[in-house]
Amino acid sequence: MFEKALVGGRRYWTLVAVLLAIIGIGFLVYLKQLSYGLGITGMSRDVSWGFYISQFTFLVGVAASAVMLVIPYYLHNYKKFSKIVILGEFLAVSAVTMCILFIFVDMGQPMRIMNVILHPTPNSILFWDSVVLTGYLLLNIIIGWTTLQAEWKETAPPKWVKPLIYLSIPWAISIHTVTAFIYAGLPGRHFWLTAIMAARFLASAFASGPALLILLALIVRKYTSFDPGREPILAISKIVAYAMVTNVFFFLLEVFTAGYSQVPGHLGSFEYLFFGLEGHGKLVPLMWISILLAFIAIVLLVIPTTRRHETTLTVACIAVFISLWIDKGFGLVIGGFIPNPLERVFEYWPTLPEFIISIAVWATGFLILTILYKIVVSVREGIGPGEPVH
Amino acid sequence: MSMDRREFLKIAGLAGLGLGIGAGASGWIFSRGLEASDFIPSPGALTAKRWAMVVVLSKFKTEDDYKRVIKACHKFHNVPDIGNPKDEIKWIWTDTYEHVFVGQENEYLPEAFKEKPFPLLCNHCTNAPCVRVCPTKATFKRKDGITMQDYHRCIGCRFCMAACPYGARSFNWRDPRPFIKETNPTFPTRTKGVVEKCTYCVELLEKGEMPKCVQASNGGLIFGDLQDPNSEVRKVLSENFSMRRKAELGTGPSVFYIIGGGEEDV
Repeated sequence: MFEKALVGGRRYWTLVAVLLAIIGIGFLVYLKQLSYGLGITGMSRDVSWGFYISQFTFLVGVAASAVMLVIPYYLHNYKKFSKIVILGEFLAVSAVTMCILFIFVDMGQPMRIMNVILHPTPNSILFWDSVVLTGYLLLNIIIGWTTLQAEWKETAPPKWVKPLIYLSIPWAISIHTVTAFIYAGLPGRHFWLTAIMAARFLASAFASGPALLILLALIVRKYTSFDPGREPILAISKIVAYAMVTNVFFFLLEVFTAGYSQVPGHLGSFEYLFFGLEGHGKLVPLMWISILLAFIAIVLLVIPTTRRHETTLTVACIAVFISLWIDKGFGLVIGGFIPNPLERVFEYWPTLPEFIISIAVWATGFLILTILYKIVVSVREGIGPGEPVH
Repeated sequence: MSMDRREFLKIAGLAGLGLGIGAGASGWIFSRGLEASDFIPSPGALTAKRWAMVVVLSKFKTEDDYKRVIKACHKFHNVPDIGNPKDEIKWIWTDTYEHVFVGQENEYLPEAFKEKPFPLLCNHCTNAPCVRVCPTKATFKRKDGITMQDYHRCIGCRFCMAACPYGARSFNWRDPRPFIKETNPTFPTRTKGVVEKCTYCVELLEKGEMPKCVQASNGGLIFGDLQDPNSEVRKVLSENFSMRRKAELGTGPSVFYIIGGGEEDV
């Protein structure tokens, strides 16, 4: 089946080449980081996690969101998702790969990474995160590949896949819960020390992931013969609407606890993110853009006419994705470090090398996604090897 | 149901193999082996059940009193002076009351007291969050209460830095060696990409010596066994009011600050 990724039209190969070029540039910059050290990034003694770890956190959510297609299709027998569920599973494969890469590029001593396995430490959340991420990656590769192969051969998928599919549902919840626990269990980091963190992570994941999936489905439909159909898109848009509203609700719960209790430790990071602290406010504009986009997205998603209309739905999905990317792929991690444990403000901003490496990791994920989706489309088109698609 | 000999052997063999793999895997995961925290003190070493430090603030009078202590530590441990706050590495440093005892600010304190520097270092917590979060046991707890860092096992994930509520940990964002003015050959220099912090001078205790900062403090820093009722630290703690940083977090910090009692010195 993989041979289908090796044949394709000019557009396909151009995309692959562009992505490979970005990855190549990123790799060279990574070599520079490897020789100089992580000082090449904007991270510091006070903001010791930056862009890499926040991208990782955001992408775990995207990966977990595949479950929003798996549950209706496999648990509720919602047949209309039959064509699109594979897109969710392969999106998860791509997203988890990016997560692992982002952790890897964040390591100070990457060649020692196997120490996590050599000295397994069950009391460390990071140990569990490596377990659940690897497991989730394997599950989605196996499930996605086997079901697609069955479709290709026009047979029913083998029986042993079913238990794995059921397992993948709680597993998806686990990856984002464990990721939230990385933050929610640290004493002295008030912004993260909140019981609702895992729930908030899941809500934002189930909004951002499916929103991205709608956009991807529309792109695939535009450029290939593959048509997921209108109804699945509408069904997913409802999921995005509910999840986005829940996410904003959870966020407001946090704002209430901090704002009404007026406990300085709880207020600190919120003040820094939304108003600036002691004259430092690099993240303020971004955070307000995130709020504005969330507001626009909710209006467009809640009103049935705009949710059903493809153009406005596209706008809503882009708004959801960017809003949540700012919130989780930037503000949440950086905000937790500012002010620092000594109530001093040291700001953070990613450097150019850090940014290029991050873009390259995204490109790697997108390359994997492109190849996997290409295989899906070719299988669906029923075109044998040798015949180009576009 | 009948079972012939061959079938029995087959099942028994498979079961045995399964058990073996299971036992091996769990043994690998749960085996204690020789822990990094295991040690046998050498003869003549200073030993304790739980090391602790008392900072007697009234003994720090001039700027030089702080500088001398910091220099003694940083020079001995090859702590680089990189010269910018972003890449900074520090084992012992100072800050003012409102930043040291966060949440205890009091704007009506005497001006001189508000600006007085407090020496800061790793608290060697009884219940250390950094030890809890480390995914490789590169940060570990010794039986004498010292929180240690294995520079050769650390993968540089910096989870411990996020977990430490005292900002006691530094990361080598770049090669520190060019920034060490005079290398002390008796203590290892570090490489880029690993975390480091105060060790309570474990290598000096081994030789029967007090930590460098204590030696240089002229009585401003008192070091001893918290579990020994006759130790000097217990004596001063029983006679003076003392404070610990963020004790409300349940970390059990082992650095105590005696800030009152010497008002005439403030």
